Amino acid sequence: MSSPLLEIRNVTMKFGGVTAIDNLSFKVPSDAIYGLIGPNGAGKTTIFNIITGNYQPTEGTVVFDGEDITGTKPHKVVAKGIARTFQNIRLFKSMSVLQNILIGFHDQIPYTYLEAVLRLPRYHGYERRIRAEAMGILEEFGIADYAENNATALSYGNQRKVEIARALATKPKLLLLDEPAAGMNPSETEDLSQIIHKIKKDYDLTILLIEHDMKFVNAMCDTVTVLDYGEKIFEGPPAEAIVNEKVVAAYLGDFTHA
Amino acid sequence: MKNAIVKLLLILLTLGFIAWANQTLDSYTLSILNNIGIFAILALSYNLINGVTGQFSLEPNGFVAIGAYFTALFLIPSSDKIDMFALVDPAPIVLQMQASFLPAVLIGGIAATIIALLLSFPVFRVRGDYLAIVTLGFGFIIRIFALNSPAYTNGAMGLNDIPEVANFMWIGTIALITLIVMLHIIYSKYGRAMKAVRDDEDAATAMGINTFRIKTVAFMTSAFFEGIGGGLLASFLTTITPDQFSFLLTFQLLIIIVLGGLGSMTGALLATILVMGSMEWLRFLDDDMVIFGMHTGAHPGMRMVVFAILLIVMMLFARKGLFGDREIHEIIRDKFKKKGKA
Repeated sequence: MSSPLLEIRNVTMKFGGVTAIDNLSFKVPSDAIYGLIGPNGAGKTTIFNIITGNYQPTEGTVVFDGEDITGTKPHKVVAKGIARTFQNIRLFKSMSVLQNILIGFHDQIPYTYLEAVLRLPRYHGYERRIRAEAMGILEEFGIADYAENNATALSYGNQRKVEIARALATKPKLLLLDEPAAGMNPSETEDLSQIIHKIKKDYDLTILLIEHDMKFVNAMCDTVTVLDYGEKIFEGPPAEAIVNEKVVAAYLGDFTHA
Repeated sequence: MKNAIVKLLLILLTLGFIAWANQTLDSYTLSILNNIGIFAILALSYNLINGVTGQFSLEPNGFVAIGAYFTALFLIPSSDKIDMFALVDPAPIVLQMQASFLPAVLIGGIAATIIALLLSFPVFRVRGDYLAIVTLGFGFIIRIFALNSPAYTNGAMGLNDIPEVANFMWIGTIALITLIVMLHIIYSKYGRAMKAVRDDEDAATAMGINTFRIKTVAFMTSAFFEGIGGGLLASFLTTITPDQFSFLLTFQLLIIIVLGGLGSMTGALLATILVMGSMEWLRFLDDDMVIFGMHTGAHPGMRMVVFAILLIVMMLFARKGLFGDREIHEIIRDKFKKKGKA
């Protein structure tokens, strides 16, 4: 097993009196597709928010690529190579598909404010370059034809793709996908899993995803961690998770003591 | 390449018009044009923070006042200041402030920029409506400071006999520069980041954008041009008093940018021309009117009621304003594209 790209070490997150995450540890090996599953309110998205720096954990550390990134500001976490998508799609609604992708390049453009105002050569050079690169990403996702359309005018499935494409533009090593298949029909889900496999290979990504669709998880993930009330109740291959007693009890309720 | 030529032609054409107007038009028409030019500078810069970046700020009157006072104090000859300051002697530093026109105007802009930077730290660390409250209060503080610091501002009597250097050549050219700078910002990574902050701040952060810094940059840029607009206003009017920089000024600019479409620079420019033009045309409303044989009496400021109603109507029925958040050339380009396809 290769060295972990991301390691969650004894993380606890308390909101007032509520313990959302309780002493959680897991490792995401580099080059993996790792799943994070569990019933609603189990703390999955909270973990994402801790990794991305939106929340500061009450206890514990987050180690990424050998570096302790606990409490790093969200925009700096992106620069370190972690990108995310949101559970409910959050595209920039006033912008075209292409402009949405261009935002992802923000950190990679070195021209200064003054260079932009005076339109010096570096401005033109980089604008041309990132546009070409953004179109390349859109082509990979098969949505290049919609580049000039308003992002929110696209179908739900395509909006998901724009959101993932936008995250890719930040050049991440680790991609966090929060319920990528939510709200998609089976053919869209199939399409999405192919794209995820493809970009994982092409961009050399490690993927951590939250998902409820167990068929999707089974097809995608090498390993899953199952959370219930902020605690890890299972870690292992997805095929074993669905037959695990504790996991079944967490989803359906515990009938053994009834 | 074609775009660059069109752009250059438009700039030359506008400069030609400014030079021609400055030479040939009568002083009344020029004063309307000057007013439009100054308000265009203010509306364009206000639009950057409020429309493009989506931060509901009510700052312009404060920064315009700062620019106006700094520029005026640097322009008025020191010998005149001693005569002018009637309540108390001017502070020694006031007597030392001397500069020619362009540096004086730039100093006004820079002073406003520095204050904007200082305001950013408390204001942009938190989200929400604090910005509106803080900037509103800031405007009042500046006015109260101007009223109560006679050694620096000559108090309620204000500053007069400010050298009238700002002609349409200056004002028109600076308005044109402001428009170009704003458009260049919009079409750069900075403008895109500002719009991203407006659309969804969390998503913008998730794209690696330092939203605090982007908001501060937008705020400082707005302040800079508002300060410059204030300096031009001082020199154009030759007299400034604290009361000119009340919240009414901000309100007027707010109407303009909402009418133009929040986020649209060319919209803000067109709206300035419409609003400032009709302000002139509606002047009769301020005077005594006879309705069914009854005299209404003169009510200065009656004109603003029309614009307040306009703002309400727009909020109800046309929230996007003239151009939405798009620029006029984008709208024209899309029209042509659709025709081409049909």
